[in-house]
Amino acid sequence: MAGNPEPLSARAKLAVTAGRAAAAVSRAAGRGSGSVIGGKVALRLDPDLLAEVAHHLDIVLVSATNGKTTTTRLIAEALRANGGVVSNALGANMPAGITSALAGGSEAQYGVIEVDEKYLATVARDVTPKAIALLNLSRDQLDRAAETRMLAERWREGLSGSKAVIIANADDPLVVWAASSSPNVVWVAAGQEWKDDAWSCPACGGVMQRPGDDWFCGECGFRRPTPSWALSGDEVLDPHGSAWPIKLQLPGRANKANAATSAAVAAAFGVPPQTALERMHAVTAVAGRYDVVTFQEREVRLLLAKNPAGWLETFSLIDAPPAPVILSVNARGADGTDTSWLWDVDYSKLAGHPICVIGDRKLDLAVRLEVAGVDFQVCDNAVAAVRACPPGRIEAIANYTAFQDLRRVVGN
Amino acid sequence: MSDRGLRVVWVYPDLLSTYGDQGNALVVERRAQQRGLAVQRTDVRSDEQVPTSADIYLIGGGEDRPQRLAAERLLRDGGLQRAVDNGAIIFSVCAGYQILGREFVNDLGEPQKGLGLLDVVSTRGEAERCVGDVLGDVDERLGLPQLTGFENHQGITHIGSGARPLARVRLGKGNGTGDGTEGAWNDTVFGTYMHGPVLARNPQIADMLIKLALDVNALPPVDDQWYEALRKERIAAALQPA
Ligand SMILES: [Zn+2]
Repeated sequence: MAGNPEPLSARAKLAVTAGRAAAAVSRAAGRGSGSVIGGKVALRLDPDLLAEVAHHLDIVLVSATNGKTTTTRLIAEALRANGGVVSNALGANMPAGITSALAGGSEAQYGVIEVDEKYLATVARDVTPKAIALLNLSRDQLDRAAETRMLAERWREGLSGSKAVIIANADDPLVVWAASSSPNVVWVAAGQEWKDDAWSCPACGGVMQRPGDDWFCGECGFRRPTPSWALSGDEVLDPHGSAWPIKLQLPGRANKANAATSAAVAAAFGVPPQTALERMHAVTAVAGRYDVVTFQEREVRLLLAKNPAGWLETFSLIDAPPAPVILSVNARGADGTDTSWLWDVDYSKLAGHPICVIGDRKLDLAVRLEVAGVDFQVCDNAVAAVRACPPGRIEAIANYTAFQDLRRVVGN
Repeated sequence: MSDRGLRVVWVYPDLLSTYGDQGNALVVERRAQQRGLAVQRTDVRSDEQVPTSADIYLIGGGEDRPQRLAAERLLRDGGLQRAVDNGAIIFSVCAGYQILGREFVNDLGEPQKGLGLLDVVSTRGEAERCVGDVLGDVDERLGLPQLTGFENHQGITHIGSGARPLARVRLGKGNGTGDGTEGAWNDTVFGTYMHGPVLARNPQIADMLIKLALDVNALPPVDDQWYEALRKERIAAALQPA
């Protein structure tokens, strides 16, 4: 496994140095951390740099449509029980950002890396991971993302020759399809509330049957594998059938699922479930997500939901009515410019909550809520929306750039 | 009219429900209910029979392989053709629009037989995907306000003599043929490339479908303030792209 890190080649050292210089310039110019620009410069000077900076590390890759940033944090926390960890904790999850993050980890034993879904196969080829965690796949950014099933197909092809142990969600048929080309898979029953991207069998196109928690294709026999790990309420069941309590500070079923997967990953590196789960308790907000901020004498909980599957999981974790809810949606480049997905979110689940609507696309939301038959008010901005809510806790749910806007306003 | 109710079928959500087009079913349902109609909505999966006696059938957009499967299964089923013979109204979007035509090019790059309910033939575009806000003028025979929608497709659809363009685009690609047409329709069958979903952006089209299905000339008014505000914003956005 890890140990004596081999020194980087002269070319790699030069590339890392040039990348750091570019990052420093970018920071000085006020353009964020500079990790992506630094990585880009470094990768241009040495295209093999990602492989070189990963070489001395035991690498874990984490990919999914939802939950990859949080799960990366949970796994990193668990593995620190055994040794130093380097991670792209801020979510720069394409090759340049990953290279930059790993280049800073010369002392670490583990590299725990979140990877954008579209780059998983490439990155997996470059860094020779020991483990790959696959959480879920669902529709996201309709205007430019590859088809969801095609993504699963690319994962499947890219991972078929990998020696990594794949830790994969047995409850998502697309993930199972992607992972089952690999010889070494640990299945986790992590659940998946969203089902509308997998009614059609990824193997043969037949109609999927989904009785209860089970699923199978009636035509070709593709079916849910038997999991060795499972999320069961507030506990993780390990392969021996022992139950370990989850005591996360992060809310929601989806994060318990992330913890279950993370425990299975940690076990693959010899960290016992109890130790792993106890360490995960230390994780609070992840890049501002789930943070509770005092603003205008109210407690605003910041929740990020970028796509229908994410909104569905988020609705299940918010406080019951009459807790007020602020919804904010933008459609800028990073969000995807097509807002049609709002109609795949079941907003009637918010009935009974006072609802305030903001964001660039508040009128799309207004029509959506009008058709859902729930009461709402449209507000000019976040401050007006918070003031329109009674004192106490407010659940604020926003998509990507709307979430960043909200963080700036409430001072998070 | 309220004694009869309205039967709405959402066709093959397991295959053709990728781009939020189920919003079209939700809008029809809501606007009919607001007029005091009892709405019976049925979602029909591709392993179920398509009922032949409903009033309005809605078909959405989907990805390439599901489109091929949906066309095969609908052709085998035959229910939609019989429904049209029974006087049903069909409103289709994107992949669903192509399926209703005489022929389209499938994910394998082969021409595939459609249902032949609309006199159109579709091919695949070589150019970049058409993505963005669209503004158009609806066929004057339909007496509807401007069309606003969001397009996100690569198809090209040619209209034959048995159908008319649903609209002429001022901004956007529409049918992708370069002649400014968008969508197609005959007496009872409608097709469009517009997502958005299109009936949320154009509630007057939803009302038109309800009126056609009930064979009435007018519906009681409903409060359209948010629809109108959204339309105004999106029309302005199409005129002034960022
Ligand atoms: Zn199958």
